[in-house]
Amino acid sequence: MTRAALAILRKDLLVERRTRESVPAMALFSVTVLVLFHFALDRDSLDGALASGVLWVTLLLAAVLGVGRLFASEREEGGMDGILLAPIDRTAVWVAKALALLAYLVVVEVVAVPVFAVLLLGPDLMPALPGLVATLVLADVGLAAVGALVAALAAESRARELVATLLFLPLVVPAAVAATAATEPLFAGAQTADGTGRWLIFLAAYALLFVLLSVGVFDYLLED
Amino acid sequence: MAVFGRGLVTLALITAAAVGIALGMVFLYAPLDADQGFVQKIFYLHVPLALVALAGFVAAGVMGALHLRSGDSAWDLRSYVAIHLSTILGVGVLVTGAIWARASWGHWWVWSEPTLVAFLIVFLLYAVYPMLRFSIEDPGRQGRYASVFAVAAGAFVPLNFAIVRSAESLTHPQVFSTTGSGMPGEMLATFLVSMVAMALLYATLWKLELTAKHASDQLRRLRRRAERRAADPLVPRPGGGASAGSSRAGAPTLSGAAYAAPRGGD
Repeated sequence: MTRAALAILRKDLLVERRTRESVPAMALFSVTVLVLFHFALDRDSLDGALASGVLWVTLLLAAVLGVGRLFASEREEGGMDGILLAPIDRTAVWVAKALALLAYLVVVEVVAVPVFAVLLLGPDLMPALPGLVATLVLADVGLAAVGALVAALAAESRARELVATLLFLPLVVPAAVAATAATEPLFAGAQTADGTGRWLIFLAAYALLFVLLSVGVFDYLLED
Repeated sequence: MAVFGRGLVTLALITAAAVGIALGMVFLYAPLDADQGFVQKIFYLHVPLALVALAGFVAAGVMGALHLRSGDSAWDLRSYVAIHLSTILGVGVLVTGAIWARASWGHWWVWSEPTLVAFLIVFLLYAVYPMLRFSIEDPGRQGRYASVFAVAAGAFVPLNFAIVRSAESLTHPQVFSTTGSGMPGEMLATFLVSMVAMALLYATLWKLELTAKHASDQLRRLRRRAERRAADPLVPRPGGGASAGSSRAGAPTLSGAAYAAPRGGD
């Protein structure tokens, strides 16, 4: 299964590198949303709860774009038939898609977080960085797990992108709650980040639950 | 083939009695709340509604899992009807919750009440279920995808409540715990009876909708078969001229043998 998953992942990353369909769009979108937030809130710099909320809403909305496009090549070019004909475990598809989405999210965050720090964040980013990176990584795993499952669920419906978005956002609310709560003290300039550790455990549990759930049910989505 | 209608009348009668007793207890037996007064009686509607709706969502997840495991589409129908009813009950939960919040705290919506907020998130998620289900055309795939949703969402419900609750308890003190130990005996008894009545009501409606959906499904199937029969002159009809079918007693009439309508032709 590992080899099959890696092969599909390599295919996805190669397609992404050559077509540049998802990641640049997601990165550009997140920067645009940050600009929108500046005007909508009419604030030059943000800190604390507001800063953490703006950052996470931006990242979640960018993730929505990636989720909507996740099965695009399979659908439009008939790649799914090839995968279904191959004698591999179907869960490999989910693993590959989740890893691809994880990679996209990391790249988008590498762009969006510095832009956010320059454009909007009041306090210095550097002291907050270790905690922020830990939160981002754990949240990304959960988002990627949910995103790959939701993208597969919506792939067969007529209103794909709509259904994927509407499924994805309520499902990630717990992750958003935990991630914003974990980031908030980091952006408040407080060195005593009490509670952050607890929220990181929540994020890890959330990711674990959705990984297990997806592995359990994914087989039934591609059964034909 | 599953029979859904059996025992429906008995269940409906028991439900009617339970709802009657519950209403009587709410208005005649349970004491007035010391600081909320009469408004507090909405508690006997709101909390059972919410608990039954949530239990319905989780049960739908279990039924979805059974459908995926067994491949029996009756479980998919059960899961679908349970989610449908729980979503409808969910509207009631949000409306009664808002009314109660307005009466006791002065606001229609209170974000610091984690149970209400968590319920809203769950409701938003399940509101997508019909959209997902009916945008998939192939019936087998529709049932499978809907069941996968039911399983994932059913597992999400407790997680969501746990996390939203703990998020609030970190910042806000728990202002409100009616269901705790501080409830007088009469109130507790009334609440428990209301709970049973609501669960019975849910079960009755579930069974009723299952029966109706199943019957209309069967009707559609029979009608389609009758149309096919009318369109094909070689297929023998129950009314007469049955010998015409002898030349091709093959595939299309195979089901005709099973279809022995008691009233003859239509």
